[in-house]
Amino acid sequence: MRMTVTEVEYVARLARLELTPAEKELFAGQMGAILGYVEKLKGLDTEGITPTSHAVPMENSFREDVAFSSISLENALANAPDRAGSFFAVPKVIE
Amino acid sequence: MSIFDMTIHELHAALQGKQISSLEATSAMLERIEAVEPHIGSFITVTAEQALATAKTADQLIASGECDLLTGIPLAIKDIFLTEGVRTTCGSRILHNFIPPYSATSWEKLRDQGAVLLGKLNQDEFAMGSSNESSAYGITRNPWDRTCIPGGSSGGSAAAVAAREAVATLGTDTGGSIRQPASHCGCVGLKPTYGRVSRYGVIAYASSLDQVGPLTRDVADCAAMLRALAGHDPKDSTSVDTPVPDYSASLSQGVKGLRIGLPKEYFIDGLDPDVQKAMDDAIDTYRRLGAEFVDISLPHTDYAVATYYLIATAEASSNLARYDGVRFGHRAEADGLLEMYTKSRSEGFGSEVKRRIMLGTYALSSGYYDAYYVKAQKVRTLIMNDFISAFANVDVMLTPVAPTPAFKIGEKIDDPLQMYLSDIFTIPVNLAGTCAMSIPAGFSVAGLPIGLQLIGKPFDEETILRAGFAFEQATEWHTRKATI
Repeated sequence: MRMTVTEVEYVARLARLELTPAEKELFAGQMGAILGYVEKLKGLDTEGITPTSHAVPMENSFREDVAFSSISLENALANAPDRAGSFFAVPKVIE
Repeated sequence: MSIFDMTIHELHAALQGKQISSLEATSAMLERIEAVEPHIGSFITVTAEQALATAKTADQLIASGECDLLTGIPLAIKDIFLTEGVRTTCGSRILHNFIPPYSATSWEKLRDQGAVLLGKLNQDEFAMGSSNESSAYGITRNPWDRTCIPGGSSGGSAAAVAAREAVATLGTDTGGSIRQPASHCGCVGLKPTYGRVSRYGVIAYASSLDQVGPLTRDVADCAAMLRALAGHDPKDSTSVDTPVPDYSASLSQGVKGLRIGLPKEYFIDGLDPDVQKAMDDAIDTYRRLGAEFVDISLPHTDYAVATYYLIATAEASSNLARYDGVRFGHRAEADGLLEMYTKSRSEGFGSEVKRRIMLGTYALSSGYYDAYYVKAQKVRTLIMNDFISAFANVDVMLTPVAPTPAFKIGEKIDDPLQMYLSDIFTIPVNLAGTCAMSIPAGFSVAGLPIGLQLIGKPFDEETILRAGFAFEQATEWHTRKATI
């Protein structure tokens, strides 16, 4: 099984990744091999089986509605690549 | 005995008896790190100054009689744990400049006892890998044979214990990332039951599978570390609120009458002969100690790797969406916002991370969601049910940790599928959410360590620790030391 370069490009776009032509070729082969391997699941009858999203069965986990302090604005912004006052700054979205 | 050869228990006794100070122990470890690191590469960051300062404080605590088991003990932790004020990279270039504003609960618990942080350990990028070759900060070498991988993704955590660069370490295990490197480096490594230890402040890979655990020189240290780490954390809603037993108290109760299951799917024809021999010897040892063996079956074992690489990558693609260059981490130069996201991610992530994000994105994408992701979740149910049925008849299971001893550096780097298949015996435990431990159980003809896996019922770490301790008392594998 092989993925086409067009499929790789489509998935990369969804994942917000930009791949080099060499990476596209490489991933097409490697992802194809992995997807070929996982095909084996299709042979297994799972009719009526409930999907598991979590190993420990758990209902909603609530805490008391009590206010507590959080990290400061300065600490929250300390790693910001760019900031404008008390905000994270990013390149222009709308021209 | 050199200071750096000591276990937590030995060093604790020496600290309490005032034979040695934490400052002396910490200095000795830092010197050891400096001497050994050029050959091994266990660390991404060494926090020497901070370590010495903490050691001095610990010595004051010890002098005033306020000494917990971990007070003044020099430890190191995987670079996946957030440490306030200390750079945390998760092995990735995308976090090359990230200084966390808070710390992981698991590390805080050790720190609150007065443990000394020697530094942050090397790992596969975002914990994705089985060889520590995908780190953006260089590879880690196996202390027993430097041409071999230490295992991964907690490869630095295992290598640091084996090279005696830390008394004990912390790792994380999503598909075997504590147990497989522990096996390859000849140390003890425990993956607790999902929910036993808080994941707060641990950089997420696959949230329904990730779990924090210790890597140590022996089982007694492992029990002590788990006791310190375990328990409910209000900051992690998936951590479970059940009492934490005193794991050390029941260690020496022996294995007489213990029912040990041997799942036939784990003793396959392709098993390395040295690994097979180590398992046969271990079974003999347990028989001599009075344990009973039961043949069992986990019929869906063969589907586990495929299931894992759909579920883990799907969760990863979602978790790693946060690395977009907006709030922290690497930001690429770009004219527009979309270009900034795409460039930052493409420059920041390595190949294996990109591959897994792509796989997960594909499995979750429109038209494939039911066929891949939901299908895998259903098979996960079947795999969990296998464990529930088998545990109705046995107390623990005994299996190999990995099908072979540590492989050569570079051997599987170009074949991701072969790399994934090396986790075939550890992955099912994560999917089932239960606990398992790797303990030293022999050496290959070439001199590489071989680990034995004890799998326990959910939240029954006590029994695997007791079984591991009994084995350790009857063998000397854990006392052997790598020469560097």
